[in-house]
Amino acid sequence: MARKRAMGMSLLGIIFGVAFFVVTQAQTSGFETFFIRTILGTNGAIRISDRFQDVDGTVTKVSDDGQARFVFHSREGARYVEGIEYPKELRKATADFPGVTGVSEILQGAGVLNTVSRSHSVRIHGIRTREHIAVSDLEEQVIRGSIKNFRDDRQAILVGNRIAERLRLEPGDRVILAGSHESLHLRVAGIFETGVSQIDKSRIYLDLSTARSFLRKPHGGSIFQVGIRHPEDAPAVAAQMQETFAHRVVSWQEREKVWLDVFKALRVSSAITVSTIILLSGLGMFNVFAIMVIEKTRDVAILRSMGFSPGDISRIFLWQGALVLVLGIVFGCLLAAIATYGISRIPLRIRGIFSTDNFVVNWDFSHYLWAISIAIVVVAVASWIPARRAARIEPAKIIRETL
Amino acid sequence: MNSKVNGATPVLRVENLSHSFGEGQARVEALRGVSFEARAGEVTAIVGPSGCGKSTMLYLLGLLDQPDSGEIYLRGKPMTQADDSTRTALRNKSIGFVFQFHFLIKEFTARENVAMPLRKAGVLSDEALFQAEKFLKQLGLSDKAKRFANKLSGGEQQRVAIARALVNSPDLILADEPTGNLDAANSDRVFDVLLKFARDNGPAVILVTHNPELAKRCDRRLPMLDGKFVEE
Repeated sequence: MARKRAMGMSLLGIIFGVAFFVVTQAQTSGFETFFIRTILGTNGAIRISDRFQDVDGTVTKVSDDGQARFVFHSREGARYVEGIEYPKELRKATADFPGVTGVSEILQGAGVLNTVSRSHSVRIHGIRTREHIAVSDLEEQVIRGSIKNFRDDRQAILVGNRIAERLRLEPGDRVILAGSHESLHLRVAGIFETGVSQIDKSRIYLDLSTARSFLRKPHGGSIFQVGIRHPEDAPAVAAQMQETFAHRVVSWQEREKVWLDVFKALRVSSAITVSTIILLSGLGMFNVFAIMVIEKTRDVAILRSMGFSPGDISRIFLWQGALVLVLGIVFGCLLAAIATYGISRIPLRIRGIFSTDNFVVNWDFSHYLWAISIAIVVVAVASWIPARRAARIEPAKIIRETL
Repeated sequence: MNSKVNGATPVLRVENLSHSFGEGQARVEALRGVSFEARAGEVTAIVGPSGCGKSTMLYLLGLLDQPDSGEIYLRGKPMTQADDSTRTALRNKSIGFVFQFHFLIKEFTARENVAMPLRKAGVLSDEALFQAEKFLKQLGLSDKAKRFANKLSGGEQQRVAIARALVNSPDLILADEPTGNLDAANSDRVFDVLLKFARDNGPAVILVTHNPELAKRCDRRLPMLDGKFVEE
């Protein structure tokens, strides 16, 4: 009875271990995936900015295996010339780069947005709307107003929602953008929300030609936001672009390294923590089996005398382990799916690095595979060692000692 | 030494069997060059004082242990060098063990205990249980077939153990003090069952016993002393 209870506890441990593993991974990777989607949709996969003046000190080409690779040393010592040189040529070359889906030229600058009663410092992003939509989620990020109005009117702006809140702006309102050279009367065509509070409270979008005129930068000074087909390949593509174009090229992984490392640390740490539940269940199971082998030594010896082979004896224990494993996996995965769904419905308002009103979960089969793999390894070891010990019982010795 | 079935086929032949325990100078020679034959349908009693090597020989004959030297022939085939799977298969199909203590698996019913060697031999569950019940009926235990082993009396448990040893119709039955733990009435009953099975089905039965009365009822007696057979 006690053994059945202990085995039941081990089974529960496997069920909850598998479920918690999946749920925690679904949450951490859910937030990470959502964050990546947000930053890709806002700042793109790759950004090309200033031109290098001293390429030699920063880039090394490595080709010991026949394939070109690029190693970047610290860029801190490198000297740059602000902005892209020969933007037309570079745009064409960038667009022709394998895997590139779009290039948006952006002119960045600073200004102060004024209404009748309030003012707010802003970062100006001069863009060509069609180009920028191709490399970002700007169209989906407009929460009020219309991107079409922005596209069709060179004197229109899109403002971040935090700016709009602060200045109490609504689509159609008039604002004045003040710079170091001139002031522009503009109309609010739309309000966007990226979810990244730093952007939402400082960024405005303006037509590129209007921005050039306003910032007195008729040529150059701009950066490129580049969309690529496989964003996960951005570091390699960025490295090749940097080598080819002699411009500073930063992938989203490099740009957001700090946050990505935080997510990774959370994911790994939760995986380790939750795996210990499975591990402890495995230890419990091992304990039950080890005691069972001691208690059943005589029965094992009798079975051996009846013609059961060491393999048959092992299988008796392994089957019990397999039964616990299968039940643990089936019910664990079921519980995981239900819990993941339930958690995704929990209201949770987050603004800062992304915008969500619910828990974000990631339905990924690999989480289940990992949980199952860990459970298999733990249960296999927990049942295999006692099973092996049982198989090695010498029947004659045990029977002789029993008599 | 008497022998009533001398003309029968030898099931078992043992040649110069020796075995020892322990290590170095503390080694105990349990068997010293024992040789004998056991024939089909013959019940052989091995008698002798405790520690003379009777049980050791039984475990060697049952292929549960390996001798230091000598040879065991089962149906004419040498066994000492046989691999483990061959020995395991022979224990299932050709050898039946009865121990002093019944050694039933208490989580199983009487018929499930009896059916185990059949299940191991590949007989389907229903058929194995049917055969088991048939054997239990022969032993007067048909009404106890579905009882758990630990709910049976000592005599009943030992009869179930005998049914388990006999159910695969082995060529050789090895019984180590099968009545040693029973009262006189149960002892006679269990012994009668063994004798009847040997007479009816023809396996060779080798019986280790301290009971001189039982030994007298066997076809022949082999007295043993200090690991060797001796004259009575």
